[in-house]
Amino acid sequence: MSQIVFAKGNEAMAEAAILAGCRYYFGYPITPQNEVPAYMSRRMPEVNGVFLQAESEVAAINMVFGAAVTGVRAMTSSSSPGISLKQEGISYMAGCELPGVIVNVVRGGPGLGSIAPAQSDYWQSTRGGGHGDYRTIVLAPHTVQELVELTMDAFDLADFYRNPVLILSDGLLGQMMESVVMPDPQERRKTGWLAGRELPPKTWALTGAKGRAPQLIRSLLMAPGELESHNLHLAEKYAAIEKNDAQAEIIGDPNPEIVLAAYGSSARLAKGALEILKAQGIRAALFRPITLWPFPTQALAKLAVKADRFLVVEMSMGQFIEDVQLAVAREKSLKQVRIELLARPGGGIPLPEEIAGRAREVLA
Amino acid sequence: MSEKIIFTRTEGLKPAATTYCPGCGHGVAHRILAEAVAEAKALERTVAVAPVGCAVYGYDYWNFDTTEAAHGRTPAVATAIKRVLPDRLVICYQGDGDMASIGMAEIVHAANRGEKFTVIFINNANYGMTGGQMAPTTLIGQKTATTPYGRTSEEAGYPMKMAEFLAQLPGVKYAARGALHKPGLIRTAKSYIKRAFEIQEAKAGFSIVELLSICPANWGLSPLESVQKLEELMLPIYPLGLIKDEGPKKEGA
Repeated sequence: MSQIVFAKGNEAMAEAAILAGCRYYFGYPITPQNEVPAYMSRRMPEVNGVFLQAESEVAAINMVFGAAVTGVRAMTSSSSPGISLKQEGISYMAGCELPGVIVNVVRGGPGLGSIAPAQSDYWQSTRGGGHGDYRTIVLAPHTVQELVELTMDAFDLADFYRNPVLILSDGLLGQMMESVVMPDPQERRKTGWLAGRELPPKTWALTGAKGRAPQLIRSLLMAPGELESHNLHLAEKYAAIEKNDAQAEIIGDPNPEIVLAAYGSSARLAKGALEILKAQGIRAALFRPITLWPFPTQALAKLAVKADRFLVVEMSMGQFIEDVQLAVAREKSLKQVRIELLARPGGGIPLPEEIAGRAREVLA
Repeated sequence: MSEKIIFTRTEGLKPAATTYCPGCGHGVAHRILAEAVAEAKALERTVAVAPVGCAVYGYDYWNFDTTEAAHGRTPAVATAIKRVLPDRLVICYQGDGDMASIGMAEIVHAANRGEKFTVIFINNANYGMTGGQMAPTTLIGQKTATTPYGRTSEEAGYPMKMAEFLAQLPGVKYAARGALHKPGLIRTAKSYIKRAFEIQEAKAGFSIVELLSICPANWGLSPLESVQKLEELMLPIYPLGLIKDEGPKKEGA
């Protein structure tokens, strides 16, 4: 049964993970995600789960690795500097094809940066982040409601593809309080993202070799050709994810003269700009990727058939814009279009008026 | 003429020949570990974690479930496995670099939390797999690939005595140091592993067995010369024996 609650993004997300069947949380304190470990430390004992405050983010992600090895649903959360430390473990999970959910409540960087919201981990999130030839599925919610729903879906996606899934929240979303409908997990399985798709049994899990031969989980593939064929297998899986699971929301004018492109908190602010532009008689649409990887290239390319002016809004210094350019270039030469960037890095927040103003300039 | 089988391969090991260098201690360590698992009747409920280092290939020989782990993160991986599966026998196999260098934070905190798994720590005073570089366990004066003039305490500090170091933590209920270069010592080392398993099965706390091992290929010595060096130079720094046993009393003891 669904339940309506008024909750902070970080806490709602943590509860969504528990609803999704996650009983193993490993974390380390870092702002602005501290509500997550605090919530989990209180809730996990109530549901016979395990909360463990690890000695570092490095240890926390490797504990997620260890739990995943046994076939259970496990997660960790952190914020940007901590996510950098987790990249080692994420690479190993990708190599070993272990499912798991990693939440990044993004803050400003580089370095210690600031604790203000930012989107500057876009490249790190969408380009693998750690060493080697791999991909993580990256989900980018823009409201607390969507954060809750995508958190539940993230565990299904991770299990379905045997792949780590990254949720890109940010300081705004994590700290914001909104009323949320907590979905019924079984309902969500039936009607949500993976509706109609069976989750494969975890026959690979290590629980002791009872009634079967001993099993092995590894990413070291030293025999000639072994790693190449493994990486080709991974590439096939990634191609299937790109084909089946790229998602975007497109709203606004069906025949736009300008397309705003934004994800996460920036997209939420761009929605405000859309209203302003509409009131001013400007035909504008918003392209909001829900998956940053796989990038919803087709959805954006279709918009590029109609529009040749684009305003990319991001709380980073021109990272997301590269994927917008690549997608638009599927349809049109970049010489024929105008793709402008409204970047607010380091904790700056693009307000709807500012976005609408820039959109008018791009059209001028 | 009737035949009587007086010795067989332990069912704890797969029928495979190891690829370790001549004289290397890993083969012996694997065997006594596998025998101890088999004697604990735990082959079907063991999950082991293999380190980054020569022994990553342990899973080619051990006849039980095994996962790899990132370098040094072995105790973090084992921590989660044991937390999820508290009734399984969880074994963490580590080398000098894995435990005493890159994985120092993970081992100290797992030990301090009293995680209920057993660590087998192979101390051969250098990094084996990467070609014999200095490890935190390298002896003063020892020449390695990265201490061509011999390790000095001024530049590189002192050999880390991991078993004694960890034994200070209240979460550690068992710590012992054995060696693998003489039959009698091998028997004693195996008895340490068996006792460590008892402590784990009793859910008493963390257990570690450090095993001194030779690494002839990287030491640049014959196996026999390596044994002599171990006795001459390692034993004074790394004394053998039981360091701590705070587990439940043995039956009949």
